[in-house]
Amino acid sequence: MDQVFVFVPGADDSAAELSAAAAALFPGAAPTALVAGHGEALAAAARDAARAFPQVWSFDAPDLAHPDAERLRPLLAKVLPAGACLLLPHGTLAMDLAPGLSVRLGAAYAPDVVGAEGADGSWLRLVRQEFGGQVHARVACDAAQGAVITVRSGAFVPAPAGPGGTVVDRSADIPAVQPRRRFREVVAAPAGDVDIAREEVLVSVGRGIGDQENIALAEELAEAMGAALSCSRPIVDAKWLDKGRQVGTSGQTVRPKVYLALGISGSFQHLGGIKGSPFLVAVNKNPKAPIFQAASVGVVADLLELLPELTDAVRKVK
Amino acid sequence: MEILVCVKRVPDPAENEIAVEGGGIRRDDLVYAVNEWDNYAVEEALRIVEREGGSVTVATVGGPEADETLRREMAMGAEKALLLSDPAFADADGLGVARILAAAVRKGAYDLVLTGAMADDGAAQVGGMLAELLDWPFASLVNRVEGAGPLRIGREIEGGAQEVSDIDLPCVLSVQTGINEPRYVGLRGIRKVASAEIPVLDAAALGVEPAAPRVRRLAYFVPETGPGAELLEGGIPEVAARLAGILKAKGGIK
Repeated sequence: MDQVFVFVPGADDSAAELSAAAAALFPGAAPTALVAGHGEALAAAARDAARAFPQVWSFDAPDLAHPDAERLRPLLAKVLPAGACLLLPHGTLAMDLAPGLSVRLGAAYAPDVVGAEGADGSWLRLVRQEFGGQVHARVACDAAQGAVITVRSGAFVPAPAGPGGTVVDRSADIPAVQPRRRFREVVAAPAGDVDIAREEVLVSVGRGIGDQENIALAEELAEAMGAALSCSRPIVDAKWLDKGRQVGTSGQTVRPKVYLALGISGSFQHLGGIKGSPFLVAVNKNPKAPIFQAASVGVVADLLELLPELTDAVRKVK
Repeated sequence: MEILVCVKRVPDPAENEIAVEGGGIRRDDLVYAVNEWDNYAVEEALRIVEREGGSVTVATVGGPEADETLRREMAMGAEKALLLSDPAFADADGLGVARILAAAVRKGAYDLVLTGAMADDGAAQVGGMLAELLDWPFASLVNRVEGAGPLRIGREIEGGAQEVSDIDLPCVLSVQTGINEPRYVGLRGIRKVASAEIPVLDAAALGVEPAAPRVRRLAYFVPETGPGAELLEGGIPEVAARLAGILKAKGGIK
């Protein structure tokens, strides 16, 4: 397991986190970072990766300008040596790329890993979350024929920058691909009537609101507070509010000062969209909802009972 | 278009609090349902067939109890179902499940295979593995499907954006929630398919040799958590008044 590689998708926080994850999973290994892309964005990703890893392989091609699993899968399958272990961040690119890559490499696949607990021979002991984060699972993954492991963002504390690594241009190794899936464009999220990313106070509703007509109760509270209304994913899926109102990794990233979560259980995808440690208040009827672990203040209550009273109380203290 | 949709019976997240006992999940009193993502996949398949013609088959890997899952999706409108069931499948990891499904796909003549984007284990792996085993192109987190081949598809990527591509048939797509509104299944629909014949295919019928899993679950546990939120207790009016005071003090009321 001394052949450890890390795929760094871009110049963001991922290189330092992946470096920490690699050190936790493979103590003593000297991982090689891989970056792929084109032009200045690639150069920035390579610089970022070189701060965290001693060696960086860089793959430059116009076709790689947009991260494309259809092109990256054959590339990684070609350049990774047999039996190698590959780490990459568990995002939408990894969900596209990694399961098929593990099959192609003949390697084991361990997705969305949040912790490492050592190894028994070739078996890595890992921690995952299941049932939407309600429980954790200790998992053993046989890396004897290699492993592809995706790592949850935020699960490993970023490693401090190293002395600076060398970047090797390996663009000559990019294989020719006749893609059966052809990238066309990226369509940005439709701009809503409110930019929740700029709001200081958010009143956010989740599945616990129960019914579309109950959203009016949250709207009234938001209006009384002078706050904007946002929501979690199930509310957008049900088409009760626009996509532009969705907080989370698949929605908007918000930086409010105060965040009031109403009937939101607190999945990591939702909390991943809230930055800057706001003052978090959670109201949920399930006292075991994970949101109460993230919140500063909590109320275990039925929303339909609490909301009208809270709106009145807010009007009084205003 | 001939479409196979892979579905899974899972503990219903809306109805259950998942409890851990002796390193396992306490299963006796769990309420089961069709994996939420899979309902969107079946709905999308039905819409494609309504538009382009063809038929929808639903398939699942599971024990005899998974029959009810298949019937529910047939009540939604799927024409055929396959139960892929063998005691030897019990230990299958994600790759094992993908191998069983790949064998079922090879026995048919499908143009398109849909899966839900993920299920209860959150691994989001079977669709991508299945595509690779079949040597078909793949897209994950699909939230838009148009055309008749090549398909014009949208994938959900970070920040609410959509990545648009064209993908050749046959292909495998894993479907994200929100792509459509799954239709309501009434009692009448359930009754209609109650006596439908569902073929059961075992390891021998599929020609699958179960392989030793390379990813194994050792134990479930509930993580130690921090102190958590300060919970406000008392009657509703009292709690509301205190919460309003706290919100004002923290700058939450303008």
